[in-house]
Amino acid sequence: MTDLPATGFPAPAAGGATGGAAGPAGGPAGGPALAAPVDPAARAGFPDHPPRLGFFTDTSVCIGCKACEVACKEWNEVPEDGLLLTGMSYDNTGDLNASTWRHVAFIEQTGSPAHDQRVGLVADGGPGGAADGTRWLMSSDVCKHCTEAACLDVCPTGALMRTEFGTVVVQDDVCNGCGYCVSACPFGVIGRRESDGGAHKCTLCYDRIGDGLTPACAKACPTESIQFGPVDELRERAQARLLELHESGEAQARLYLENPEDGIGGGGAFFLLLDEPEVYGLPPDPVVTTRDLPRMWRQVAAAGASLAVGAFIACLVGGRRRA
Amino acid sequence: MSGRRFALRRGGSRPGRGPDDGAGPGRRDGRAGRGGGGREGHGGHGGHGGEEPMVPTARPDSYYGRPVLKEPLWEAPDVAGYLFFGGLAGASSLLAAFAQLSGNRELPRVSKAAAAGAIGLSLAALVRDLGRPARFLNMLRVFKVTSPMSVGSWLLTGYGPAAGAAAASALTGRLPRAGAAATAAAAALGAGVATYTAALVCDTAVPAWHEGYREMPFVFAGSAASAAGGLGLLAVRPERSREAARFAVLGAATELTAKSLLLRRLGPMAEPYQKGRAGTVMEVAEVLTAAGLAGAMLAGRSRPVAALSGAALVAASALTRFGIFEAGRVSARDPKYTIGPQRERLSG
Repeated sequence: MTDLPATGFPAPAAGGATGGAAGPAGGPAGGPALAAPVDPAARAGFPDHPPRLGFFTDTSVCIGCKACEVACKEWNEVPEDGLLLTGMSYDNTGDLNASTWRHVAFIEQTGSPAHDQRVGLVADGGPGGAADGTRWLMSSDVCKHCTEAACLDVCPTGALMRTEFGTVVVQDDVCNGCGYCVSACPFGVIGRRESDGGAHKCTLCYDRIGDGLTPACAKACPTESIQFGPVDELRERAQARLLELHESGEAQARLYLENPEDGIGGGGAFFLLLDEPEVYGLPPDPVVTTRDLPRMWRQVAAAGASLAVGAFIACLVGGRRRA
Repeated sequence: MSGRRFALRRGGSRPGRGPDDGAGPGRRDGRAGRGGGGREGHGGHGGHGGEEPMVPTARPDSYYGRPVLKEPLWEAPDVAGYLFFGGLAGASSLLAAFAQLSGNRELPRVSKAAAAGAIGLSLAALVRDLGRPARFLNMLRVFKVTSPMSVGSWLLTGYGPAAGAAAASALTGRLPRAGAAATAAAAALGAGVATYTAALVCDTAVPAWHEGYREMPFVFAGSAASAAGGLGLLAVRPERSREAARFAVLGAATELTAKSLLLRRLGPMAEPYQKGRAGTVMEVAEVLTAAGLAGAMLAGRSRPVAALSGAALVAASALTRFGIFEAGRVSARDPKYTIGPQRERLSG
């Protein structure tokens, strides 16, 4: 219990059951009735804390080099987790999991040559490129460090915690490998590692950012597709970049998880995408499962009471007493 | 509702997305408005000049057909067994307490012993399923209402000893007062033990579980009562198991009703419960429940009929949990169950 303020469950002062991700669900229509975006670090019990830090991944400039994947593995000493060929374009990583904390997706689309040339997504008339209208979408995916993080809410041990930077981190020495977080994550990010039985995911390089360093993936990214910084600042940058792309005719460009009023309260890591989220393997409208938890508990209470009433009826109503 | 189905286009290459830029930026803006349910692929392949509308695909995409979610790591015999035994234990404690009040001497002993045994098995299954079983006690490091597993761990911490003490006292005849207190405590906590597991599975991103959160607790409560009553019917002669028969009938009827409401409201999301292995298991469970229900009502003084009905109900309860468990896994594995409903929500 000593680290209660850091478990993501609100500090006692925050008012019992109204905290955590269950808080906003109390409002009408399940939406957070908040004037300002939620400050996750303050809610987790850090009254004075540094600015919330996160990633803005601008996929329009990703070149699919996978330097982020490599840098992440190297710095965090994440073990190798399968060397196989998937047949999915240049993506032989597959997905995010316990031992992959950055994952570069490759999507080959039969699209529109003229358009793709104009926004510089393919080389002019290059072989196999613009001529047949193929475009490549590349995107480096990562843990979203949700403002309302399901993994953190459902963790029964307090192993998952909110840091002073508003990020979400697993304390490996606490995790007992129950796997609840794995089923709760709406993005399929967190996984359990076979070798040690514990849950693992991106820490947003907690050990680096505490020292004022940039996370390994962002540091290694050669095109600044992965941008690191205070979330407020990144949101402004993302809006500016979106405007720029829209003005250049890329009408499909959209921000993903940038909006603090979405189903996860906005991501600490958000994205600029060039197509629908599901094309990249991302859910189009994720909602943190714990928003419905107060209603679930009400149903459970009603069902539990019914069970007791049922036992009462079965045994005591209209029945003869036995000697 | 039941006619709707979720379907996805597979893979990264999308032949349906023809050249769409022939008309310049204005045209693209029009296309961008399609944010909602499924895409409407415009334009044909070269030569059509992009003017001929293609049949709208109205199918969301996915990344090479790969799942969006991680499949639950929980293993079927462990966690489905945990759900079943927890239900059996909790409902048995309630049955024992009320049957004792009604003056029945035999049934409470059996039900108390069943509750203690089942909760032991339930705990063992839970611990076995952990990635790091030695750290099981870390469950008691914090208390979080946002985590049904945390709430459940504390519930079990109170319930387990109470159920054990109630059984020990009933079987040995010692410390009857303490036994009565333990019986009462086990009954009170048992209602929670039998039903909190519904919140446990529903408080996940697993579509077939989460979307069923309204009915799931009643399915679990009904299934638990049906199992507890069934065990009473199986182990106690009919003259002394009338309470168990009535509890089983109430439970089985509740389970069947709640399950049918669940499937009806889920609409296309009911598919994982109806197809494949999960569908088969759920169907067998339903037949056994109905048969056990009828048998429990009609058994009268026939020991074989009562025992068979009881066995059918216990088996049905276990199968229901396995079916629900498997349906959840299926729904997490196929991205259409994740993306389809979200697309529908976006299209309003």
